[in-house]
Order: sequence, then C-alpha cells, then structure tokens
Amino acid sequence: MIQIRFHGRGGQGAQIASRLLADAAFLEGKDVQSYPFFGVERRGAPVTAFTKIDSRPIRDKSMIYEPDFVVVMDPSLITAIDVTAGLKPEGMILVNADTLPEEIMQVLGDAKVVLVDASAIATAHGLGSKENPIVNTAILGAFARLSKVVGLDAVKQAIDQNVPRKVDKNKDAAIEAWTLVEEKEGSE
Amino acid sequence: MKKVITGNKATAYGVKVCRPKVIAAYPITPQTTIVEYIADFIADGSLESKFVKVESEHSAMAACIAAQNTGVRTFTATSAHGLALMHEMLHWAAAARTPVVMVNANRAMGPPWSIWADHLDSISQRDTGWIQTYCENSQEILDTIIMSYKIAENRKVMLPALLNEDAFYLTHTAEAVDIPDQELVDEFLPDFEPRYKIDTEEPFGFGSLVMPDNYYEFRYNIARAMEASKELTREAVQEFAELFGRDYHGLIEEYRTDDAEFILMGMGTLVSTARDAIDELRDEGHKVGLVKVRSFRPFPLEEMRDLASRIKSIAIMERVYAFGNRGPLFNEVCGAVYNSGHRPFLKNYIIGIGGRDVRVQDVKNVYLDLLKETEGADDGIPEEELNWYGLVGPGGD
Repeated sequence: MIQIRFHGRGGQGAQIASRLLADAAFLEGKDVQSYPFFGVERRGAPVTAFTKIDSRPIRDKSMIYEPDFVVVMDPSLITAIDVTAGLKPEGMILVNADTLPEEIMQVLGDAKVVLVDASAIATAHGLGSKENPIVNTAILGAFARLSKVVGLDAVKQAIDQNVPRKVDKNKDAAIEAWTLVEEKEGSE
Repeated sequence: MKKVITGNKATAYGVKVCRPKVIAAYPITPQTTIVEYIADFIADGSLESKFVKVESEHSAMAACIAAQNTGVRTFTATSAHGLALMHEMLHWAAAARTPVVMVNANRAMGPPWSIWADHLDSISQRDTGWIQTYCENSQEILDTIIMSYKIAENRKVMLPALLNEDAFYLTHTAEAVDIPDQELVDEFLPDFEPRYKIDTEEPFGFGSLVMPDNYYEFRYNIARAMEASKELTREAVQEFAELFGRDYHGLIEEYRTDDAEFILMGMGTLVSTARDAIDELRDEGHKVGLVKVRSFRPFPLEEMRDLASRIKSIAIMERVYAFGNRGPLFNEVCGAVYNSGHRPFLKNYIIGIGGRDVRVQDVKNVYLDLLKETEGADDGIPEEELNWYGLVGPGGD
C-alpha cells in the first residue's frame, strides 16, 4: 500500500488534492481511500488529509502514521507541526516552496525533500488570489511526476471529472507543475 | 457503475435508487451532506420526492411518520444530538408501525463537544423498537438501505430501521462504491403498499387511546414483528447476494472463523480494520477469527449461541460504554449465551470512544491480551472482565 499524507491550511485545498489523487489512482485500476482529518475547520487552520492506494482492497480505516510521501502545501507548517512524523526512511517530502531557509531544511532532517513553487503556478493560472492561491491541482501535478504513483493522463481525467470550476486552468496548472519537475529531474 | 465517493454520497445514492416520496431532515455534522446530496437529486430531477425542511430533528421524524401514514416511503438522516432529540418520535415511529428508514452518522454525545465516531448515540435508542444495523464501509451502507426498506416494509415487520455509519471514517471518507442499476433495485424492492393508510374514502383511526385490555398485545406484536425480521433479513441478504453479487451473510458475518478458537467481535468500521489484523494474526499462526455484528436489533441470539458452542474465547470490542455496567454488546452477548449450555470465555474491550483511532496493531493487542487472559484463567473466568483499551492516563476526581 502507498500512503500519502497532505498537510495544508484551511482553504488551500488539501482535502481536494487528496481526493483527486485517489480519483486518479482509481482511474488506473487501484483501490483507494481518501480521508480528511477534521479538526476545527476554519480558513488558515492546519488541515491533514490522507490518501491510500493499493492494488488490493483497502480495509484499514485508521489514519496514516507511516507515510511513504508527505505533501506540505504551506511551508510555514514545518515549524508549526511535525510534518515528518512517521515518514518511512525511504520516504519523500514535497514542499510548496521556491526555496527554504537552511534552518527550515534542518527541521525536515534526513528525508528527501523536493521543492516546487506550486503557489506561483496556481497564481499564474488564476487559481485563487495572490495572497491565497489554491494550490491543490498544481501540487498534485508535481506530486504525480515525483512519486510516479499516478500518470498525468489520470490526473487530468480526475480533474475533468471532479473539479467543478476553472477545469482547464486547473489542468494547465497540473501539467505545468508536472513538466517543471520533469525538467528539474532531467537537469540533475 | 463504480465511483469514488464518500459514505454520505453513497448513502444519498442508496436513498435515490429506493425512490422515497418524502424526505424530511434537519442538518447536523457529520450527516448534513447526506441530505444536501439528496436535495441535489431532487433539484436536478433525478429523484421525484418532496423535501420537507423542518425546524428540528423531532419534527423531521414527526414529518416522516405522518407521511408514512399516508402510505408513502420516507427517509431521514441525523446524528448524535439530533437522534437524541428525536427520541420521543422514535418510539412513536415504531409503535405506529411506520417503516421509516433513517441513517445515523454515529457521533459522540457532548459534552465535552465532539463530532467524532462513537456508538453511544444509537445504542441509547436500543429499546425504541427500531431495527438497528451497523455498517463497516460505504458500499455496505448503500446496499443496506435497499435491504432495509424491503425488510422494514414487509407486512410481517412494519418497523422502522436505523442504519449506522461511523462519523468521518465513513461519512467523509471516499472509497470506490458500486452504484446499482435502478432496474435491478426495482426488481429487488417492491413498491410500498401498507395495509392501512390515511384515506378519506376509507377512514381509520391512528394512534388513539387504548385501555389496558389491549395495550399489552400491541407491545407483544412489536416483539413478534422484530423476531420475524430476523428470518426476513437472512432471506433478504441471500436474495441481494444473488441479484447484486455482494454477500452480507445475515445478522452477523463470520470472517476466518473456520477452526478458530478465539474470535474478536465488533460493530462498525473497526471491523474493517480488524480484518487486516486477523489476516496478520493468521499468518503468524494464531487460530483467531472475526465476527461482525451487523444487526444489533434484532439481536442475533441464535448466531451467538452457535458461536458459543464452538468458540473458546471471545473479545467483544465496543465504541461505547453503558454507564453503570459494562459495554452494551458485551451484556447482550452474555445474556444470549447464558442459557445456551455453553460457556465461552468473554472479555469486554472498550475502544475507539469519541473517534480515538483504532489501528491494526490495537486490534492485535486486544487479541494478545485475550490470549494471555484465557490461558492464565484456570476456571474459565477472566481476572479482568473489562478493559478500557488505550487510556492515556487516569481521570481526575
């Protein structure tokens, strides 16, 4: 089973990102589960969401404690909560950021960290405002490319089927993030 | 058609294919989206039904009862404090023999305020005369709605049915769910045709005063109807399996109990998690199986006695405590097996109260404790009959 934990702030779309990832994996024939942890829901509060993906039926209803991947949609969460909690040794953290100061990187420890500026991509595609960009589809595109958990076609189809507004802009944001990661990997 | 949807959306689809004519509801977390999705179906024309917005859950149930009395199928959904507010009308629905079907999102009762999974809300309605079923996944909720209408509306039963889904674990968790074809549901579920209904051409009295000469027999009839629903449930489950290809086994489901000496028993989503625990324990060589209690009312008395005749030791896991005397399921099992002539070792584990997460390892720990207790007890009586699993500290004075 592949387990992904999303950390975001209320309004960023962590729950939707977790859902879209599940939808994309389901389209590729996997069994899935997507589960938001509801705390005190208000704009700006830390939000956690989980996605489980497996080729066998998923029966475990508990939360994710040992993720294979962690997606951090707001870097300010890194000093607020322990986003690395339980991350598997070979696990990976995707952070929505252009760069991170050294002291923040140290908080993330030995884990493999990948940075993608999903906020800039979302803003460029008119998703949310500059102050509050809705980064779920951009971060999903980047995550799909990095993790190889789902393909780009499935991501696009999941957006088509489940995103109610600005469908093309959301798909374009996902594609741009995917391509950015692909280019980054190519240049390494 | 398979879709990735939440338990609440699966519930709405389950209701839609049963075509109730009246839906009355009042919002409460985490149930609210159920009736919002149903309202969407009515708005887009895919469900022909009257949606009655009411000022409280008490009124929601009253509206459903009144609509049922005119001879139509109804639905409502609620949770926790909403269900508690309905309490008077729950008695009324059962005693008036109106087969209302309701989904309850199992949520903890406050205070302290909580919106997470707990079974105290529905267990508190045990004696109202409602059929009570507990579901472990979203597919089961959808399918059980269809079966519940069929069982509840049978003229031998004519009792309301309460379906329970754990808050958030089901209500807000998205999973792949198969939405059955309307034609197939129509084949399985006949139209609702009650023997008595409000009809100006053929007037009857409803809910009038009766003298002690008669009241007693009205109660006996409810007891008899509840008993009759057991066999009808077993039949409905079988017919459903043949038509839809999904088998819910009956009032209980046994999982890997062949040659089992030990079983873990529970209701709701922790059963789903426990399946993974059982598989791991079996791989490790333990003779342990799982029993899901689907039907809490009527209680599966015969099934429990059968288990007692072949199982050495049973852990009863519950997301609820009956203040003053053990967990309610534990008490029911004790009562059921006492006159069976068999005496399995029974131990009660209170677990997952108020949405405390239940992990695979927690279920395995319950089994390991049961194993240790059973082997340590030479007289077949547990040293500690009750275990509050996973308390993080003692309470204050």
